[in-house]
Amino acid sequence: MRPDILTALQAARTAKRPVALVTNLRSGAQKLVYRDGTEGELCIDVDMIMAAQEMLARDESGTLQTGAGPIFVHVHNPPPRLIVVGAVHIAEPLVRIGAMAGFGVSLIDPRRAFAASQSFDGLTVSTAWPDEAMADMKPDVRSAIVTLTHDPKIDDPALEAALASPAFYIGALGSRKTHAARLSRLKERGFDDAALARIKGPVGLDIGALSPAEIAVSIVAQIVQTRRNP
Amino acid sequence: MTPDAMTDDVLDQAAAWRGQGRKVALATVTTTWGSSPRPVGSQLAVDEHGKFAGSVSGGCIEGAVIKEALAAIDDGRPRLLDFGVTNEQAWDVGLACGGKVQVFVERLD
Repeated sequence: MRPDILTALQAARTAKRPVALVTNLRSGAQKLVYRDGTEGELCIDVDMIMAAQEMLARDESGTLQTGAGPIFVHVHNPPPRLIVVGAVHIAEPLVRIGAMAGFGVSLIDPRRAFAASQSFDGLTVSTAWPDEAMADMKPDVRSAIVTLTHDPKIDDPALEAALASPAFYIGALGSRKTHAARLSRLKERGFDDAALARIKGPVGLDIGALSPAEIAVSIVAQIVQTRRNP
Repeated sequence: MTPDAMTDDVLDQAAAWRGQGRKVALATVTTTWGSSPRPVGSQLAVDEHGKFAGSVSGGCIEGAVIKEALAAIDDGRPRLLDFGVTNEQAWDVGLACGGKVQVFVERLD
């Protein structure tokens, strides 16, 4: 790999700019393909650039066979995101396990006392209201959102923002009873059954989790399952 | 919080080593068949002394890949390596799980 390619690749990753490193596996010649352009010495035709851009959009690396030999497209997308609402006890293991599983984690809690009460491995807690915080974060198809507060004043606006986004995963902590009440409130706010079905509640895989760490494991497991094995 | 994504850490590690003036090769899984242990895009960084970070197979073929990485550091030529049940190397270094994996090895210039 040439130094200019490595430098540009690292710069794109640092800037969270999606990029594919395209390599001719025979010659080793390389090109960086962005959503809106390319750079590098490897000569490939427009079809191949478009194929690489499609793979970037699908978040899927792989090898393409061409007349010039096999071409490997290595997709470097920014990490998928995990947005956690509620700096409660469970949030502590959840942000840690989420980060270990490869997610870029954000935490929102407008209650400053909660935000300051726990240790979150140096993670900055946004103390904006969830609807405002989420408007800034703009969750996309590679985002997971989990609400943990049990407080409708905080969880509901977060869930409304989540449902208005294309997030691949939405989960809400709370018992079956809490969840049923939550769904009827959201229904009154105009969300139909299909939209409400996107919310996983009670959140997490049913593994009999009891402790905060176990519940965090069950939530992250469900997020991974939804992402990898939808 | 920054993610511990497997691939990205390895590339950061490789770039950091290179930045320190060390000679570095990077191995990347480009294709897998069957039950290979690490997905496409998994990486292994190797320095001139054989120090490494990351993995391309979870341990089965790392030794052979490191050997080729050191050769790539020496001669600068990229290499495309095949490991698997149809490869006679499989008996020496093979993937016990019966999968096949293709690994691209390149030097960071």
